[in-house]
Amino acid sequence: MKITKDDLANVAYLSRLALDDGEEENYIKDLNDIVAYVDKLSELDTDNIMPTTYALATENVFREDEVRPSLTQEEALSTAPDKENGYFKVPQVLAE
Amino acid sequence: MKYEAVIGLEIHSELKTTTKIFCGCKTAFGAEQNTQVCPVCLGLPGVLPTINKKVVEFAVKAGLATNCTINKYSKFDRKNYYYPDLPKNWQTSQYDLPIAEHGHVDIEVNGEKKTVRLTRIHMEEDAGKLVHSGNTIKDSAAGSFVDYNRTGVPLIEIVSEPDMHSAAEARAYMEKIKAILEYIDVSNCRMEEGNLRADINVSLRPVGSDKLGTRTEMKNINSFKALEDAINYEIERQQEVLEDGGKIIQETRTFDPERGVTLSMRSKENADDYRYMPEPDLPPIVMTDEEIESYRRELPELPDAACLRLQNELGLSAYDAGVLTASRQTAQYFDAVLKTGADAKLAANWIMSDLAKNLNAAEITIDQSPVDAKRLGEMILLISKGTISSKIGKKVFAEMWDGNTDSAEKIVADKGWVQITDTGAIEQIVKEVIAKNEKAVADYKNGNKKAIGALVGQVMKASQGKANPQTVNELLTKLL
Repeated sequence: MKITKDDLANVAYLSRLALDDGEEENYIKDLNDIVAYVDKLSELDTDNIMPTTYALATENVFREDEVRPSLTQEEALSTAPDKENGYFKVPQVLAE
Repeated sequence: MKYEAVIGLEIHSELKTTTKIFCGCKTAFGAEQNTQVCPVCLGLPGVLPTINKKVVEFAVKAGLATNCTINKYSKFDRKNYYYPDLPKNWQTSQYDLPIAEHGHVDIEVNGEKKTVRLTRIHMEEDAGKLVHSGNTIKDSAAGSFVDYNRTGVPLIEIVSEPDMHSAAEARAYMEKIKAILEYIDVSNCRMEEGNLRADINVSLRPVGSDKLGTRTEMKNINSFKALEDAINYEIERQQEVLEDGGKIIQETRTFDPERGVTLSMRSKENADDYRYMPEPDLPPIVMTDEEIESYRRELPELPDAACLRLQNELGLSAYDAGVLTASRQTAQYFDAVLKTGADAKLAANWIMSDLAKNLNAAEITIDQSPVDAKRLGEMILLISKGTISSKIGKKVFAEMWDGNTDSAEKIVADKGWVQITDTGAIEQIVKEVIAKNEKAVADYKNGNKKAIGALVGQVMKASQGKANPQTVNELLTKLL
């Protein structure tokens, strides 16, 4: 598999990243290197091996359904770039 | 060309846990904005989510109650997308290893039984609530406001196969899912609060074809009426497009309940790419057969079983049994009425007629009824024993409905409504009525047997409804 300019544009869009024209070639090269490395790994026969989703062998870490204190509204909003009337304020969501 | 609609539903149901799925914030509805939030559900850096055990229990129970296979190895995944109601920029959900798969529920529409298959049930977190400054999303130029109280409230998403072919079938399916979730007590299912909402997928194909057409999706439908209206509108709209030689565009449409139409929201052409990845902060859920079976043992009687029991053990009709078991509250109310010893058929009739009529008019649910099950049952017993006629029963019921909190027996005694069974007293009234109604008496004697009805009516009226109708009939026949 080879990463094209369109693939790069799509990935950048999905990640909400703006790329400068000059950067494109570098990114395409880097991404292709990464994909080539994964291709190399794919050469191994893993048919009978369970995917390793987690690095640690832990499972079933649960908590009881018990209330713990929440933040106050003031605390919750203290790091918000913009707020109004107890709400987080965000730019217009849908532009058509 | 004749088209067939193909409909699938994704039902989201908020689970009735006390706290959120990955943190200890409360889930209570209606709190002041941004007061039930913490660093975990706000998605601040460096926090560690922990799975609420109750969520797993509720999801497994929902799976078992809908005939799913429970996956003994299940995990959470990150579904990446950017929207301000999602502070982490991903929704913690389940992708390839959901908690439950391959279920089915039975529905009945116009007397016809059908099975709707479930693809899967998975656990996920709800998103926050956006409040827009303008009247519509589009003119909220000034910006939008976000309340994250709902962020992290546990959800199960129940995904059906596209097995439904009409709005009525989709409604029956959603009603069945709602009933099951209520019976097993894992969700409040208050649709007006968004506890239970559906995304609907609708496509058309020529009758006889087994290839699926292009579908459209309508999100967050939260009433049965909107569900039916949206599907019916969409079927008609797609049919018109196809008949004009057009193509259906795969897209998300929004349903406007005021106007009863669906409107294009965003095209799905740039296919959603959620870039799912395993959630590294949440270890997998591994379950044993014993654990699954112990959850199964905790399940109560489910709606279909209750419906059969009412028919087989109490002799109710399939229709009556269906109505009485369609919601858990009604079924519990009915059972409580029977506990008083009241006759099942009479109890069914009172609940489905007088009680239902009053509940509908007052727009309240059965658990808010001013006439509780015990007193209704005792009133029905009085009718069965002949203490009061069913006509007086209606007066007693109205008295209770209007706020009298006394027992049926006390109301009847206080009002002097006890049925007159003393033959002598009734005979006295019958004689007076015969004397005053020469014409009806003459008609009866001339062979018009129906004339006796008018005389019975007169006697009942003279006794203020308290005479035993059967005794009245017997005495009239004898004295004439």
